[in-house]
Amino acid sequence: MKQSNQTLTMNRRTFLAGTAGTTLVMGLGTVLPGCSSEDAAIDMAAAGASKLFSPAVWFEINGSGAVLINIAKAEMGQHVGTALARIVADELGADWSKVSIKHVDTDPKWGYMVTGGSWSVVTSFAMLSQAGAAGRTILVEAGARLLGVETSECSAENGSVVCGNRKISFAEIVSKGDVSRTITDEELAAMPIKSAADRRLIGKASAALDIPEKTMGTAIYGLDTELPGMVYAHPMIPPTRYGSEIRSVDDGAARDIPGYLQTLQLHDPSEILQGWALVIADDFPAAMKAAAAVKIDWAPGPTAGVSEAQILAEGQKLAEDASSGALVVNDGDVAAAREAAAGTLAATYRTSSVLHFTLEPQNALVEYVDGVFHIHSGNQWQSLILPYLATALGVEESNIVIHQYYLGGGFGRRLFGDQMIPAALAARELGRPVKLIFQRAQDSRFDCARSPSVAKFDASFDAEGSLTGIEHAAVAGWPTLAMAPGFLGDGIDGSGKYDPFASNGADHWYTLANHRVRAINNDLAQRTFLPGWLRAVGPGWIGWGVESFMDEVAAKTGEDPVAFRLARLDAAGKNAGVAPNSVGGAARLANVLRDVAARSGWGKDLPAGEGMGVALSFGQERANPTWTACVAHVAVDAGTKAVTVKKIWQSIDCGTVVHPDGAMAQAEGATLWGVSLALHEGTEIENGQVKDQNLDTYTPLRMTDVPELDIHFIESSEFPMGLGEPPLIAVPPAIGNAIFAASGIRARDLPIRL
Amino acid sequence: MIQFELNGEAVATESPEDTPLLWIIRDELKLKGTKFGCGIAMCGACTIHVDGTPTRSCVTPVSAVAGLSVTTIEGLDSAAGQALQAAWVSEQVPQCGYCQSGQIMTAAGLLADNPNPGDDDINSAMNGNLCRCMAYTRIRKAIKSAANGGGA
Repeated sequence: MKQSNQTLTMNRRTFLAGTAGTTLVMGLGTVLPGCSSEDAAIDMAAAGASKLFSPAVWFEINGSGAVLINIAKAEMGQHVGTALARIVADELGADWSKVSIKHVDTDPKWGYMVTGGSWSVVTSFAMLSQAGAAGRTILVEAGARLLGVETSECSAENGSVVCGNRKISFAEIVSKGDVSRTITDEELAAMPIKSAADRRLIGKASAALDIPEKTMGTAIYGLDTELPGMVYAHPMIPPTRYGSEIRSVDDGAARDIPGYLQTLQLHDPSEILQGWALVIADDFPAAMKAAAAVKIDWAPGPTAGVSEAQILAEGQKLAEDASSGALVVNDGDVAAAREAAAGTLAATYRTSSVLHFTLEPQNALVEYVDGVFHIHSGNQWQSLILPYLATALGVEESNIVIHQYYLGGGFGRRLFGDQMIPAALAARELGRPVKLIFQRAQDSRFDCARSPSVAKFDASFDAEGSLTGIEHAAVAGWPTLAMAPGFLGDGIDGSGKYDPFASNGADHWYTLANHRVRAINNDLAQRTFLPGWLRAVGPGWIGWGVESFMDEVAAKTGEDPVAFRLARLDAAGKNAGVAPNSVGGAARLANVLRDVAARSGWGKDLPAGEGMGVALSFGQERANPTWTACVAHVAVDAGTKAVTVKKIWQSIDCGTVVHPDGAMAQAEGATLWGVSLALHEGTEIENGQVKDQNLDTYTPLRMTDVPELDIHFIESSEFPMGLGEPPLIAVPPAIGNAIFAASGIRARDLPIRL
Repeated sequence: MIQFELNGEAVATESPEDTPLLWIIRDELKLKGTKFGCGIAMCGACTIHVDGTPTRSCVTPVSAVAGLSVTTIEGLDSAAGQALQAAWVSEQVPQCGYCQSGQIMTAAGLLADNPNPGDDDINSAMNGNLCRCMAYTRIRKAIKSAANGGGA
């Protein structure tokens, strides 16, 4: 596909506050000469912001005291709007019962729009805290003036400015006061942020704002949107992701189906769609029937015969080729350690293809009107797909607006809004709004599956049997190379580009004198399908190998798996951590490990056929670590080798927990995702496509197989880290290690099949 | 023309007899709370009640409900249904929320048959409902809470 080279940059502008009518509007913008902050606020509130002045309105307070907070992150089950709103509202001193949120459409004023990487709270916390603090400062100043007292005597609490025994509500201040104000970048950065002890909302129990409508059936997802005059479109997916061409279309059998309109072949200049057609009909049942009746003869692309086994074999070959890949870690001298070694240990860990299987299938509703494409579809990374859409449609990004809705599951699938392209092309071609809906099989075939991966480990040991070094070669298809190459990282010493999101986790926090990691792209995977970012991304498969191999090494040296890990978590050198995000470093990982070992009764006697396994994770990346330790307790049937997960303990240190119940929900869900990836779900590439396309053969975890969960968050006031993905990572290796403890069988492939 | 009752009101459709009920409900009758997930009756997102029995609307031809009474999440007004919805909020069950209409409709069917289900009863009744966010422990807890008269 035609690639985009965008990189992530953040710009800060001036914070503005002012009244428009009786609404206090607060946001970021650039004040032009001759433009007062009051004018700015009026502009901010106006529907059609001028080209010269287009600020991002973070929040506004109306004359009745209602606080509306704009959320530029996607809501896909993580209750992100609630968490972000509580950060603003806490600093603001707002009455939480008067807070509401709005998920915004794409507009350059929101800056870079992405919801992924468990980044939302990490990357928004400081900015939103300062915005809330700026709002509080302005309200306190205006409130003090109205009451005729000194600002220093006043504070903002629960929606009012309180000065001794007098108080005035935000509603009254906004209605009567002068709140026009410009705050410079420097002033904003210096805004006094509350200490943890003064917080009233962050870290306190609360209900998520999106839950009531998700319970009553009134929440609106992308699939639920409609426009007058729209037609329905059903995708006709070619036999290979790349290089297929349509030879002929025979819709003779569809013409008798009432409601069938036509089969539309697509030409996509972005090359994301290759050999695509859409069946168009008046309603979706007719579209489904017609799609089954239309016969398309494709000349398939060159990967039509590729299998999972071939991709894994290619991965194995690349892992064994010492010259392949980019160097990600190169501590000490692994080669020297190996030459001096008295003993060695090698193992290869693999994972198979995994589907996102968002329960809401991919869909998009597009209307092309007055030269603008209005795209209605839930999406996680609007700033990524916009340039691709612009290329596909031959228009400027400013001619495209993506309207956001609830996401019926994201898990990384909706980081790439490629399903918008066929709907947009068709909407222009047909001159009518087009609603494209994927049935499940088509959704699976067009998924950006998690790539099969191969990880080869080589450990060396000295004459006393102690570990002296580990070499790790990690091979997979790289999502970032395919979809966002501007985000590729540079390997050490000019060793080439690599996908950091597909390699994170290999650069772990264990202190090893000699440690080398090569990140290697599996070119056959890359050519065959679109590798995707699946929940937990690289650490999701890297962690399987790293933490299972740690166990193998501990078994070889005869050390207890917990003690073995603790001995290497010395927080020395590069593992000391950097404030604020990774402050404490490996010491915090050691702390969660000790906590989970104590709570799980690590080391206790268990019946024959049962065992406990441990594994660690630091989340998505070293720069934003969420520290987790997991113990799994399993039983392995001596005869059938059936694995039952009896209980899972997790200890998690993510720093400050903003929305505790939401955090627990994410940890519960991610933990069960870990169980599902370990034992229940996985597919394979067959004839260039994923083999299992629906729930008859693709089998995620169901309620019956849910183990007992015991999840504990470490009390902390450190800077808050993300939670959507990290609690998943350590679960599969903890289960694999428990299986070894229970049965002596070492599982090296995911999903685990004994 | 096929006539049936939807959430207590008489409705009719001119659509072909084999049209899946799901799309009649969603696109003709404009009730969007019932969801499309797998299309083969294996995820449960499309669960509705036909004369009180939980039914997968994605594989039910509309002709099969002629003259019958259909209830969707929007019309779930039984005592058990209301208790479930209250429990869903108090236990903070939904994550992405997409499966939850179906989960609640299946659970309402369970409680109608068995007002006091144990874990095994809940597992066997709910096993056909996939929650991709895997909010299973809270779903089970909320069903128990609703069965015990809690949740309000």
